[in-house]
Amino acid sequence: MELLPLGWAVIIALSIVIYVILDGFTLGTAMLLPLLDADERDLSMSVILPTWDGNQTWLVLGGACLYGAFPSAFSILLPMLYLPIFVMVIALLFRGVVFEFRLKDREHVKYWDPIFTLSSILVTFVQGTVLANFVSGFDYTTTPYLSSTGNIFTPFSVFVSFSLMFGYCLLGATRLIYKTEGALQEKMFRISRYFGLIIIASIAIVSLWTPFINPAIYTRWFSNTNWLLLMILPYLSGLAFLVFWYAIRHREERLPFLCSVSLFACAYIGFLICLYPYIVPFKITIWEAAAPTASLYFMMFGTVIMLPILMIYTAYSYSVFKGKVKNVFTY
Amino acid sequence: MMTTELLSRIQFGTTIAFHILFPAFSIGLITFIGIMEGIWLKTKNPLYRSICKFWTKIFALTFGMGVVSGIVMEFELGTNWSGYTNAVGPVLGPLFTYEVLTAFFIEAGFLGIMIFGWERVSAKLHYFSTLLVILGVTLSAFWINSANSWMQTPSGAHLEAGKFVVDSFTAVIFNPSVLLRFTHMMLAAYLCTAFTIVAISAHYLIRKQHETFAKTCFAFALMSITVLIPLQIYLGDESGLLVLEHQPVKIAAIEANWDTQKGAPLILFALPNQQQETNRWQISIPKLASLINTHSFDGELPGLKSVPPSDRPNVAVVFWSFRIMVGLGFLMLFVAIIHLVLRLRGRLFDSQWYLKLCRQLAPIGFIAMISGWLTTEVGRQPWIVHGLMRTADAVSPIPVLHVIISLILILIVYGIIFGIFYFLYLFKTIRTGPTGYSDDQLQPFAYMDTHQLGEK
Repeated sequence: MELLPLGWAVIIALSIVIYVILDGFTLGTAMLLPLLDADERDLSMSVILPTWDGNQTWLVLGGACLYGAFPSAFSILLPMLYLPIFVMVIALLFRGVVFEFRLKDREHVKYWDPIFTLSSILVTFVQGTVLANFVSGFDYTTTPYLSSTGNIFTPFSVFVSFSLMFGYCLLGATRLIYKTEGALQEKMFRISRYFGLIIIASIAIVSLWTPFINPAIYTRWFSNTNWLLLMILPYLSGLAFLVFWYAIRHREERLPFLCSVSLFACAYIGFLICLYPYIVPFKITIWEAAAPTASLYFMMFGTVIMLPILMIYTAYSYSVFKGKVKNVFTY
Repeated sequence: MMTTELLSRIQFGTTIAFHILFPAFSIGLITFIGIMEGIWLKTKNPLYRSICKFWTKIFALTFGMGVVSGIVMEFELGTNWSGYTNAVGPVLGPLFTYEVLTAFFIEAGFLGIMIFGWERVSAKLHYFSTLLVILGVTLSAFWINSANSWMQTPSGAHLEAGKFVVDSFTAVIFNPSVLLRFTHMMLAAYLCTAFTIVAISAHYLIRKQHETFAKTCFAFALMSITVLIPLQIYLGDESGLLVLEHQPVKIAAIEANWDTQKGAPLILFALPNQQQETNRWQISIPKLASLINTHSFDGELPGLKSVPPSDRPNVAVVFWSFRIMVGLGFLMLFVAIIHLVLRLRGRLFDSQWYLKLCRQLAPIGFIAMISGWLTTEVGRQPWIVHGLMRTADAVSPIPVLHVIISLILILIVYGIIFGIFYFLYLFKTIRTGPTGYSDDQLQPFAYMDTHQLGEK
């Protein structure tokens, strides 16, 4: 069954992008905290609060599916990225704990907030590094495999990490536009313009830089008539940016967030096209890494039934907390 | 010699021991909250709502810690145990995926409503959310116990070129030990929580604070313990029989029994010596180990020497951790029996010595649980999948230095989080105490002796 591994790759890719968007606005909001005053911080935290656990669950789902559907990819990729992964999960842990304490220990909020921001920056930085290393590829001649440059931090990876930070800030700021009102919303309208400009420039730079980092991607972008098809993505990104700009100027509340999500989606699809059909970059394909068919079928059975159901109740739980956040949530 | 394997085992052991405290406490708390919320819906007595709200504060924090510490382990399976992942991914990966799909999303979806939704949804819908969170945590415990039980008693899959291929997922999920081990774990979680509730309530009773609240929680949790602990001891005994059938070497290590023998003595105290294959300072009761493990005085008990030294677990760790678990189990039974006596004499809330004893017992369930877990996991060694795959073949090809760095990072961060933050908050919540009811609104709970609650 040739389609089954591909189906799993799509499900994993989807749960990762859902994670990136949902946790992206959480991480972004955390990074925006230094720009806000005490009341605005409380309000911003209340925006992310009710759906906090659900957001991270998508990362767990992506991990579990990768574990079950592509065990050999999981067992090659993770040791290869040992230290970055550890820094990320520990930072995620720290962030999670600080988040809980911030809510409950009102006396020390002034200490919790900077830690929350710092650990979110660390998480984002590592995510950017991992992303960049996926694009630039790894050196498979050593054990364990290392980044192809022998060093996971390169100018390219640092650039990607900073771009991702601004990207998450954009998601956070536009989400706050949608969920708040008054002075905080106005502040977000003003700053999200800058984030938008930085992001569209970063997307352009990374897109042009990538083919020169990795020859395999160069061939993919520029061989045959691929580039004609691939031009769709930059056009869509450009369009999303123009709509975003218009929406900010006209103080539209919902559109800016949707445009930011579209920008992320375009960049993500571009990344997937670079990688396809590999799951371990440029080494092992989706089909080579796939688990035996019995496992893929059994997992698919549950996923086909459960995914729509859980999407419905996740949407429901979002709807319970819909509308503008006016009061700070407390216990 | 600190090898990548040993350090990875230490690291995984630390992270999982740290992690399990939170899910176990969460499972117990949410079940308790669910029962109290049910009573509140029926009686409309604000006391029960206040009980729900107080324990929800602790539950929310505990649950959050469980989620983030769980993420660490999911990644560790790949970073440190890539050989294992590569081989068992097709068997256990689907179980983890089902856990996320059927349990984590339910928890995450309804937790927000349960914690913050008191004023946003109707009381019935709120209760429904609480019940769904209970369902979520229970399912989650089932899936993860199923995966762990499969490592103890693998079935439904065979090895093909170093990787497991599943023949039947029903046989994998419902492997021989899963139902016993799952129920044993659930009861352990309830007992851990009940003892914590008892201790905190005893603390209030000793200080004469929040007395109505404390009496209700104290009496309910002690009654639960009294019902659950005999059941738990029975399940533990049944587990022993099952282990003897599937993992005889583990039983040999638990009993520190070197030679296969009929009518084996129960060793109460000994210092097992792995190299010399003998015990020092042994104190034993004749024939009792055979009686316990086979339910017959002359039953045959396998010895450690029946397998080569390379196939034996660390006897001292298994032997002692098991004794700690069982000892604490019987201490729990003792506390439960005293509770019945005091209750019959109507002195449950004013025996100062008993309240003080109860206050000290807050961590007893957690210690017993971790000890039992050490027994079962160390007892499985040197196998990672019993009889089929060795732990040595499971470890990732990573430099020792990387594991040292990550282990230090984990110890520091977990030490700070657990040692400082969590306890600070817990104690602060206890100091603040429950709110939202007053003692005159008191409507004691039907099953309790009303005169006891009435008196100060």
